[in-house]
Amino acid sequence: MADFEPRIVAFLCHWCTYTGADLAGTTRQQYPPNIRIIHLMCSGAVDSIYVLKALIDGADGVLIGGCHPGDCHYQTGNYKARRRVAILKGILNQMGFTEDRIWLRWISASEGKLFADTVTKMVEELKKMGPNPMKQLWDA
Amino acid sequence: MRKLGVFICHCGVNIAGTVDVKSVAEEMGRVEDVAHSTDYIYMCSEPGQQIIREAIREKGLEGVVVACCSPSMHENTFRKAVKSQGMNPYLCEIANIREQCSWVHQKDREEATRKAAEIILATLEKVRKNESLEPIAMAIDRRVLVIGGGIAGMTAALDLAEGGYGVVLIEREPGLGGHMAQLSRTFPDLDPALPGLVAKASAVERHPKINLLCYSELEDVKGYVGNFDLTVRKKATLVDWEKCNGCGDCIRDCPVEYASPFERGLGMRKAIDLFYPDSVPSKPVIDREHCQYFLDKGCRRCEEICPKKAINFAQKDERIELKAGAIVVATGYELYPMERLGEYGYGQIPDVIDGLAFERMLSPNGPTRGKILRPSDGKVPKEMVFIQCVASRDPDRYMPYCSRVCCMYTAKHASFYKEQVPDGQPYIFYMDIRSDCKGYEEFLQKTIEERGLLYLRGRVSRVFQDDGKVRVLGVDTLTGRMVEVAADMVVLATAIVPSPGVKDLAAKLRATVDRHGFLTEAHIKLYPVESSTKGIYLAGCGQSPKDISDTVSQASATASKIQALLSTDKLLQDPLIAFVDEGICSGCGICVEICPYEAREMDRRRGISVVHEALCQGCGACIAACPNFACELRNSSASQTLRMVDTFVA
Repeated sequence: MADFEPRIVAFLCHWCTYTGADLAGTTRQQYPPNIRIIHLMCSGAVDSIYVLKALIDGADGVLIGGCHPGDCHYQTGNYKARRRVAILKGILNQMGFTEDRIWLRWISASEGKLFADTVTKMVEELKKMGPNPMKQLWDA
Repeated sequence: MRKLGVFICHCGVNIAGTVDVKSVAEEMGRVEDVAHSTDYIYMCSEPGQQIIREAIREKGLEGVVVACCSPSMHENTFRKAVKSQGMNPYLCEIANIREQCSWVHQKDREEATRKAAEIILATLEKVRKNESLEPIAMAIDRRVLVIGGGIAGMTAALDLAEGGYGVVLIEREPGLGGHMAQLSRTFPDLDPALPGLVAKASAVERHPKINLLCYSELEDVKGYVGNFDLTVRKKATLVDWEKCNGCGDCIRDCPVEYASPFERGLGMRKAIDLFYPDSVPSKPVIDREHCQYFLDKGCRRCEEICPKKAINFAQKDERIELKAGAIVVATGYELYPMERLGEYGYGQIPDVIDGLAFERMLSPNGPTRGKILRPSDGKVPKEMVFIQCVASRDPDRYMPYCSRVCCMYTAKHASFYKEQVPDGQPYIFYMDIRSDCKGYEEFLQKTIEERGLLYLRGRVSRVFQDDGKVRVLGVDTLTGRMVEVAADMVVLATAIVPSPGVKDLAAKLRATVDRHGFLTEAHIKLYPVESSTKGIYLAGCGQSPKDISDTVSQASATASKIQALLSTDKLLQDPLIAFVDEGICSGCGICVEICPYEAREMDRRRGISVVHEALCQGCGACIAACPNFACELRNSSASQTLRMVDTFVA
């Protein structure tokens, strides 16, 4: 398992985490290249189906990045994301995924380092967890 | 099938140094519907844009992906470029391969190259399904709210008002001027600060286009650029300013005195008083916390003496509803709270004061009428120590940044001291001397030579009281010797920090602050006066520490940006908002409940939900909530996102 490189799909809100990820670049924070970012306007716009599709197709982890509580550009989108992720985790457990494959994190536009650290940490954790069990199903 | 074009930017070596752009361009060229794929050193340059324009013309491209820096940088540039060739600008998308790829994976060329290719492939998926859209024209309110009545806010307000725009200027304190009103004379010309400032404040007060609301704070903000709905709380001054003629009898007769925050605790003020002696507006405010009437109802002297019957103990806070198209945040600074600086003995030693307190001492209208006197016993200090970089440039314990103005004002302070006390000796502890603006270095050299200032390069480890003196222990790193000075008085050049409450204000405005609490600009070089939120602009020290010249320049820049924004009747907004597939919508109404803007409504007759285009902000909450994919966001549909996921996971 030493050479297992997890694949993370990230859904980042426009106002905070996507801009924070940009700041990570501007300040040359280095993090592992395992992440693929999809830009959405708000973490509240992350449809459950996006997360489920990513995991069923074989993504090892899904990161949802939004504004800190109270800071949502659209007032309450991040709270909607938080509720949706809580429900999703229950469903994932029933589907045989560990819920730790979904990370919901609040990362502001000024927290470039936090973004880089989060990705680094998530890659480490996913390496410990091993590949998405779905992948074996597809490979079989 | 659309004919697509892919344009990959090297950004000099910023992208090409990490990503193998040639191989990515080749790979993209092999994608079935990509009719043109190429790379160039700077796509945003004129020749770079020309490559895109020519390819659209010659190959008849119907969609474009530019792989380059973040869309926040050049999305507009490239959308304009494709538009010039008749292509709908919303058919051009950016693949962010710099900030989110080459810059963050600099040590892994192979993986970064692979990732860049995948980002472009995913962006192609988006472009394949993008619709041609037209911007939505919105009516705008051409008034501006300026928050903060210091030199930054006043400058922006006056510039805007002179440009013909209506301005509401709100200031938390009862008077205009901010910290500049506390200064004695300013470097490098050593002009008195107050006359020019008061003239400006009077111009603000009198200007027919400016609605000045002092002693007021922003309570609530709704809406967006062009159409902000604001609630301002006008705090009760307990004096009817309409009736007050500014005679000052109430102040003279008020029996309650307490240490004045404006005088940095060196002078007293009355429970009813002006913000400062030359305050504009020249109207007093009663301080509830100190007024005897509010303590035990034991005194109504001001009410009795007032010839205009202006005192009103029952006055209540007032809430004012306003509208504005743009907002300037000019909230200024505070000095680092000195009680947290134990090693400098502040708070325990009365003769250790900060720079602003020394400014008050030097001011002709200050507590000592401009005389330098020890706070403890009123004697003239014969040995003075000035310490620079207190809590600045100290990442381990305090603030990592430079506070910008301390080097210059310390030289000015020491120079004034020598002027007043020719036989006195000033010592200045410093780390480096920074004097990088017009006339600063000349001012500094002249001051050092003429006044014979003694600069000691090194930090101070301890300040303590000993036998009526303030002992300062430090090191002179140039000679390598320990230095001990038995000083009569110490002035600390403490760090500039954002004003208290800025974080809450920023949250209300949906603007962002950095980890120190300074408001963040949209781009440090290209958009230095815009915040990351459209319609919110920055000026002054709330954004970062700066001197008066830079503050005024920035405030004027902000004002001119806003004048450009508000110069039209209609504001064009991105049409990336929600729409409903009427054939699918079941009329369940979940979207109506979840929308934070009341932009969704049921059409009872047709039994479906509709979108109010003027109210929708395009957040996508309804899209995620819709149980049957009946609502979608323009050019960010579920099928587009799912295809992007496919690209990344397959």
